This record gives sequence, C-alpha cells and structure tokens, in this order.
Amino acid sequence: MIPPMLKYLIKQLFTKPFTNLFPANRVPNDTSAFLAKGKITPPIPVAENYRGKLSYEHDKCIGCYSCIRVCPANVIKAVTDKDGKRKIKMDVSKCTFCGQCIDVCPVKCLHSTPEFLLADYDKKSKNLTLE
Amino acid sequence: MSEFTLPVGPVHPAFKEPIQFKFKIEGEKIKSVDIDMGYNHRGIERAGMKRNPVQIIYLSERICGICSFSHPFSFSRAVENAVGIEVPERAHYIRTIIAELERLHSHLLWAGVAAHEIGFDTVLYLVWKNREKVMDICESITGNRVHYGVMMIGGVRRDLTEEHCQKLSKAMEYYNETLTAIEDVFLNEKTIKMRTQGIGILSKKDALALSAVGPTVRASGVPKDVRVDQPYAAYADMDVKPIVPEKANGDIFDRVWCRLVEVRQSIQIIDFCLQNIPKGDTLAEKNIVKLLADLSQAEGEGIGRHEAPRGECTHYVVLNKQPNPFTWKARAPTYNNVLPWVPMFKDAEIADIPIISASIDPCIACADRVTIVENNKTKTLNKIDLHKKSIEKSKRLKKCQ
Ligand code: SF4
Ligand code: SF4
Repeated sequence: MIPPMLKYLIKQLFTKPFTNLFPANRVPNDTSAFLAKGKITPPIPVAENYRGKLSYEHDKCIGCYSCIRVCPANVIKAVTDKDGKRKIKMDVSKCTFCGQCIDVCPVKCLHSTPEFLLADYDKKSKNLTLE
Repeated sequence: MSEFTLPVGPVHPAFKEPIQFKFKIEGEKIKSVDIDMGYNHRGIERAGMKRNPVQIIYLSERICGICSFSHPFSFSRAVENAVGIEVPERAHYIRTIIAELERLHSHLLWAGVAAHEIGFDTVLYLVWKNREKVMDICESITGNRVHYGVMMIGGVRRDLTEEHCQKLSKAMEYYNETLTAIEDVFLNEKTIKMRTQGIGILSKKDALALSAVGPTVRASGVPKDVRVDQPYAAYADMDVKPIVPEKANGDIFDRVWCRLVEVRQSIQIIDFCLQNIPKGDTLAEKNIVKLLADLSQAEGEGIGRHEAPRGECTHYVVLNKQPNPFTWKARAPTYNNVLPWVPMFKDAEIADIPIISASIDPCIACADRVTIVENNKTKTLNKIDLHKKSIEKSKRLKKCQ
C-alpha cells in the first residue's frame, strides 16, 4: 500500500510553494537599495482593519487622557506642548497594538496604520516616537 | 541493571519551553520521573493586580500566545460574573466563533508539533500550510493573527460584517476538504501509528485521580468538557458533545484522534453560529471610561471558566471598590496536565520522551505561576507549607469582603 503521506508529497512537488516571500518594498531604508537590484516581491496586503503602528493627530487631541488610563503597556505619557496645551507622547516601541486607546479616544485623533515593520537600532528613534 | 538519572531540560531542543524532567532510567526504560517547574515564572498576576480590568484583558492575552482568546475570555467572564454584567446575545456568538477558530488553529499547530516530535517533518509542513488559512481569517476579523485584542468586559470590541461571515463560511468549506488529507495521514500513516499507539498511556483511573483536563482526559475516556458541563456563551444553544473515543486506550494515538475530531466539531460549531447569529449590540457598555468607573465601584468575587484548546482555563477575580482588582488568579490547563505526565512516562522509552511530553500540548509558561523566591532564595514548599499559605490567603481575601 502507498503510504498516505507519499501521495501528498508527490502532489506538493508539482504545486507552487505556499510561502509568502518577504515583501521587499517594506524593508528598512538601508537595505532597500541593495534589494532594488534584485527582483521585488509585491507586498501581501495586510487585512483591512489590521492594527499596525499608531498615528496621532496632535492638533485634534483635547488632552482628556482617557487613553492613558486604558493603555495596558504604559506607552502614553502626558505632556504639555509649547503653547501649554495638554497633549500626549507615545513610545511606540512599548506598544502592544491592542488598539484600546483608539477606541476610547473621544475625538478620534488616534488611528492604526497598516505599517508593521518597526525594527530599529534605537528604541527612542523618531520613527518610534509620536507626539 | 543499575539505575541512572537522566536530566532533560530546563533548556532542551525537544521542548519548546523551559521545564526540567529528571528521569530514573534502567537501560532504555524510564522507571520514574520527577518534574521540576518554575523556570518561566513571569509574575503576570501580580502585574495584573496593579492594573485596571480593561488593561488586564490585554495582559491576560499574553499569558499564552496560542490561547490568546481563552484567557481574556475566562477573565472577562470572571469579571462579568463578579459584577453581574449581561453580555448581549450577538457578542456571545462572536465570542464562540473566535474561541472555536482558536481551537482550530491550536489543534492544527499541535498536530504539526506532534509530527515534528516523532521526526516526521513533512507532515509538520503539510499541517502548518493548512493552518495559515485560519490565521488569515483571524487577522481579517480581529485585526491580528495571534493576539486578537477583541475581547472586552461585557462583549466584544469588533462586530462581524457580512463579508467576514462569507469569508468564514468559505474557510470552513476549505477546512472540511483539507482536513480529509490531514486525517488520512494521521490516522492511516504507519509511521505515526507505530510511534503513537500504545505509548504514553494514561488510564481512565489515573486521569480522574490526577484531574487531567481537555483532550488529554477525553482521550482516556472521561467525557469532561466545560462547554457541555456548564454551557456558556453560544454553546448553550447548540448540541455540543464531548469527543471521547469509543474504545479509549488513553494512548497518544487517541489524543491525536480526539484533537482531529474536535477540529471537525469546531467547524460545525462555527457553521451553526454563522447560521444562527442574532442581530444587535456587541457590547453591554460602549463607553469604556464609564465601564471603568463602574468597575471601580464594584464589589464581589467572580469565577470564569472556558474550555480552551488544551482544557479548562479558570480565572478568579476579587473586586473591592478599587480601580484595580484585589486578586486575580489564572489557572492554565497545562497546570492540571502536569501530574498525568508521571503515569504516562512510566515504562516508556527514552526516544518517546519528546512525543509524550508534547502529547498533552503543554504550555509551560502559562502554567508557571507558583515559584516562591524569598530573600533571593528559591524555596521548595511542601504540602504543609502550601496548606498554610492557602489558609493565609483565604483569610486575607475574607478580610477584604
Ligand atoms: S495600542 Fe494599546 S498598547 Fe499601544 S498605545 Fe494604544 S492602548 Fe497602549
Ligand atoms: S484620548 Fe484622544 S483626545 Fe484624549 S488625550 Fe488621548 S489622544 Fe488626546
């Protein structure tokens, strides 16, 4: 009798690989020049309501600080900006991307973006700080 | 023949997580085993007691990367139980759907790991290839592949759209088809049979005496399943039966069989939910700030149980009019399944250690929450000490009520 696995193995030999190749246009800046010479894999789109890196609209924020109360990871700090207004500062490297702050914000000034590649040499870099 | 001690772990390529086994061996045969846990204690409950219930939901998600819906589910049920929050009917159905999706992907993940542990990596890739679909579905419904972040006290944070429902029913069709291949391989392949039949036996008597849970206990012929024993969420509306093999030997093969049949059952449950999902709200209290204010005025204790893929997951919460809960206790299913390892390992061969340890689908980090470090010294507590501690804690809890 043919072992059942052998059937699937032979079938697999004639199908396309299942693995998604790394979407090259999403790699960090310093390696993309190198990769540009090679073949670029089109990115696989993330799901529609994917919770990626946050974005913050500084001007819209009313400084109610509800987001600070619900954030499980202590990402959000209360600050006052140049004009003495109550605003927030976020340390995205600590964020767990739960999206609770987005839900709770009364003026909807926080959003999630599809961006997910956040590796950096410096945890406090500009890319990882929102204010 | 003389006896040797063979330590395996805490860090060992055969285990995914740190745990130490000290096997007493005679030749190739294991005579007895001593299990040493506590290498992965993270103090999550303590961290939780310094946070408010909404923050704990996300912390409890991180108790386990695979049961990342089961823990918040149990926690939310515990808080709802303590405060008496009524969850809307639609939220019950969405919770059930996601819980079953989690079971689906967890059991498929386990099937792959089990194949890997017996050195059959082609099966691992076959299974994990099929598992991708459910992860994608989870991503499109909840916004993330692993930590769904969709649970909220009093309901769920995201609603199912018409599009999601269509995607879900397509995915279920896909699984109905592809599962045939997986079942074919696992139940008919000679290699798998040779490595799993008659190995790691847990008798019905031992399973009951040691309070095993989940597929581990069901494969030994005990019909124990929280979804049936104390129906909750949408499980109460349907006819769920515990999956028990007809002639249970309690060996690894039965555990494989149990999990594969449970995957089929999950598909049926999801199909049922999709057909019968009612319309309406998904959250009892939409304003999270108000919910937090209400919870900080609440008093009482609550318990939440859920049948996680690995077995019963229980959370216990005490609220005493403070913003943060007074006590939060989580018991992961692996905690119950540690002791059943002892009879399973008895008289097994050394080569079967990886598959036997994997057969309960262990999640060590989830279960590790009992190490005691006092004055920088790790202390092993005996039964009397533990009993004393338990009395002390009960007194402390009583005082707060
Ligand atoms: S997404 Fe979650 S962890 Fe990140 S800042 Fe918002 S509340 Fe905090
Ligand atoms: S909840 Fe919104 S408005 Fe309030 S402080 Fe946070 S970001 Fe600003």
